[in-house]
Amino acid sequence: MVLTNDMLVLSAVLFLLGVAGVLVRRNALVVYMSIELMLNAANLAFVAFASAFGGLEGQLAVFFVMTVAAAEVAVGLAILVTIFRQRKTVDIDSLHRLKG
Amino acid sequence: MNADLLVFFILALIAVSAAVGMLFSRNMVYAVLFLVLVMMTLAVFYLMLGAPFLAMAQITVYAGAIMVLFLFAVMVLGPERLPEEGGPLAWQRPVAVVLTLAFLVEVVYAFTAKVGGLGTLTPPSAGAGSPAAIGDVLFNQYLLPFEVTSVLLLVATIGAVVLTRDDNGK
Repeated sequence: MVLTNDMLVLSAVLFLLGVAGVLVRRNALVVYMSIELMLNAANLAFVAFASAFGGLEGQLAVFFVMTVAAAEVAVGLAILVTIFRQRKTVDIDSLHRLKG
Repeated sequence: MNADLLVFFILALIAVSAAVGMLFSRNMVYAVLFLVLVMMTLAVFYLMLGAPFLAMAQITVYAGAIMVLFLFAVMVLGPERLPEEGGPLAWQRPVAVVLTLAFLVEVVYAFTAKVGGLGTLTPPSAGAGSPAAIGDVLFNQYLLPFEVTSVLLLVATIGAVVLTRDDNGK
């Protein structure tokens, strides 16, 4: 049988792949997708716990995470498009104009 | 080895390799499609865990709406291929890989050896996590957060419109 802990390990692996993507890649769009991957890994852990404890609250948390992620993507991609229009690049290493 | 375990490991393998593929693909369109694959496998996991409503929402909202938005952004920004070596922060990358691997070992050890067993995944009972059950809890117990979510989405819509407005075209 599949253990709930197996599901949590899978969730942790996906989350850490997202962390690695944020830290290693330079393309802002890939960094963004890695953040989405982390949100999804957290969602999987929520659903696994909801299933383990037999409640619906975990599933509702996932529902709210999904709406927040949708809002975040809309605003974030708008910011990226605006940055690309002004700087002609989405390389996060070259976006350091706020640096004092 | 029973069927459940087989399905779990095959899907887990697909999800992890798709995530790795997303991290390492140079072509942005491929990266987006790999992430869609991860979302799809997660939807199947939700079905296994007794959350059919979330599985469908995962496919329509994440794999459908959000990833189409990402593809749209890829098309707008163009298939920009950045040099992944060099740059002012190049020294951070090996450090990041080592630290991530250390954290991975730690988390897997914690979940397999330290945390007490949470039991096996039981087959979901009929009606659990269905739209009716979710809606019942959502509109009775969590009505206020739900309404706040609508304000959040409105703010996001206005924000996206304001941010992408072309100032020259006014």
